[in-house]
Amino acid sequence: MRALFEPGFFASTPVRTALVVGAIVALASGVIGVLTVIRSQSFSGHALGDVGTVGGSAAFLANVSPLWGFLGIAVLASGTMELFGVERRRGRDVATGVVLGAALGLSALLLYFDTTSTSTSGAAVTILFGSLFTVSSDLLPALAGLGGGVLGAVLVMYRPLLLSSVSSELAAANGLPVRFLGVAFLVMTGIGVSLSALAVGTILSTALLIGPAAAALRLTRRPGRAMLAAGASGLAATWLGILLAYDSFYWPPARKGWPVSFFVVALVLVFYVGSGSLSSARSRRARGTT
Amino acid sequence: MFSSFMVNTWLAATTVAAIAGVVGFFVVLRGASFVAHAVPKSAFAGAAGASLLGISTLGGLGAFSLLGALTIGWLGRRGRHDVATALSIVVMLGLGALFLSWSAEYASEIYALLFGQVLGVSGSEVLVTVVLGAVSLLAVATLYRPLLLSSATPELAATRGLRSSRVELAFLLLVALVTTTAVPVVGALLMFSLMIGPAGAAQALSRRPATAICLSTAIALCTVWLSIAASYLSNWPIGFFVGTLAGLAYVAARLAAAALRRRAVSVERLGAAGR
Repeated sequence: MRALFEPGFFASTPVRTALVVGAIVALASGVIGVLTVIRSQSFSGHALGDVGTVGGSAAFLANVSPLWGFLGIAVLASGTMELFGVERRRGRDVATGVVLGAALGLSALLLYFDTTSTSTSGAAVTILFGSLFTVSSDLLPALAGLGGGVLGAVLVMYRPLLLSSVSSELAAANGLPVRFLGVAFLVMTGIGVSLSALAVGTILSTALLIGPAAAALRLTRRPGRAMLAAGASGLAATWLGILLAYDSFYWPPARKGWPVSFFVVALVLVFYVGSGSLSSARSRRARGTT
Repeated sequence: MFSSFMVNTWLAATTVAAIAGVVGFFVVLRGASFVAHAVPKSAFAGAAGASLLGISTLGGLGAFSLLGALTIGWLGRRGRHDVATALSIVVMLGLGALFLSWSAEYASEIYALLFGQVLGVSGSEVLVTVVLGAVSLLAVATLYRPLLLSSATPELAATRGLRSSRVELAFLLLVALVTTTAVPVVGALLMFSLMIGPAGAAQALSRRPATAICLSTAIALCTVWLSIAASYLSNWPIGFFVGTLAGLAYVAARLAAAALRRRAVSVERLGAAGR
């Protein structure tokens, strides 16, 4: 036990906060992520995370928590993307790209201001790569509220969302407001991505959104089950990542700890690859018995 | 602005803009924005790793953009393409985060890799950029027909015996090559704006490939030249100007295309009323 948990793991406040934050983020991202993968909107999800850099660096300038910056900009950007390109799939691809490109330019400027106006130079690294250990415990109620809100919204709109994700024509034929559902879902993705950006940084937030969901969808075709599996494997990745990062404090080469975001991402990948071999082994066995 | 140490900057940036305009056309045509975004980001991790090992940045960039492109190709064959791209990005960036935490890299250097460092390009760097740029253009010229055919009408390409997986691989390698050329100059994140914005604008304005490629290159060149001038005068990062101008070009082109369509429709109506 001592070998696994370095002394003081459970007594440390940052670790406890990180565990709670990680749990909220993993569950919300898992549920949203399954819908994102079904809708083939990985690029939008990733772009919303990157766009969050603008909000994060603006929040840094204004001296508020980056979470509010992530949230504000993600909601704004999701609206712009829907406005620009909805008619065709390729239109959506370019529209997402253009919004992302412009936002990256803006974040270049804001990060430049961050590094020149304040004495701390680490703004860029903190916002881009994040660290679960630096999340303030004051944010916990807000995070829980946002995570709960997203989960609640998915529950309320579960059937219509799923139908419009699988076939938008069928959903429209059934009288569902497809356009509204698209915008609502993108806003929900924005919130989910903001949460995970806080945990693993803006440019790694995709890992928690897409990784567990894609792994889960390789194992089961049922969306409900996939959401549960994605939430669970995301949770495992974040918690194990926190543990490993805590343990890595004396590891070579730098002896100052490996970044927690790296562990989370690496574990997400391990789960994805594992799910692939699991599902192919299962299909081999199924073929063998028939 | 045109003093001797700026000559290198102008040369390098012009090369990058020219290839970004040409290759961007195919990126937009294939709907591959995500790939064009992913490969430069993978390259960033390579640069971080290279500085850790003390080898040349260009080598790290090249190795990792190649690795990123091949991973996308390999994962994409088995599963959903966009998921594969997303996963390869985060893996590469995760490695980048690890390398950065190991090395004693300063925040300003990381920033330069992500957002570009146009001012202060050395003579040997310009030479490398120009040579790699020429190679990229040559590759596009060789691949022009198959790329165009498989991007525009995949079914027709298949009947002509063109293997789409092979063209896809060639395209990924091309993106990797262009990335290696451009990232030292405009940075990992903004290479992408330069590929998407001008090409998207050009395709909104013209449906003919050759015209669209010329337009896209012209817009990319104007964007970069204006950005260097503005960045030189204001001392703000060049990435900001590249990103915003490319976005503005796209919006302007979409508006212009819509206005042209409206006028065409009203002219048609007038003609119909006259008859």
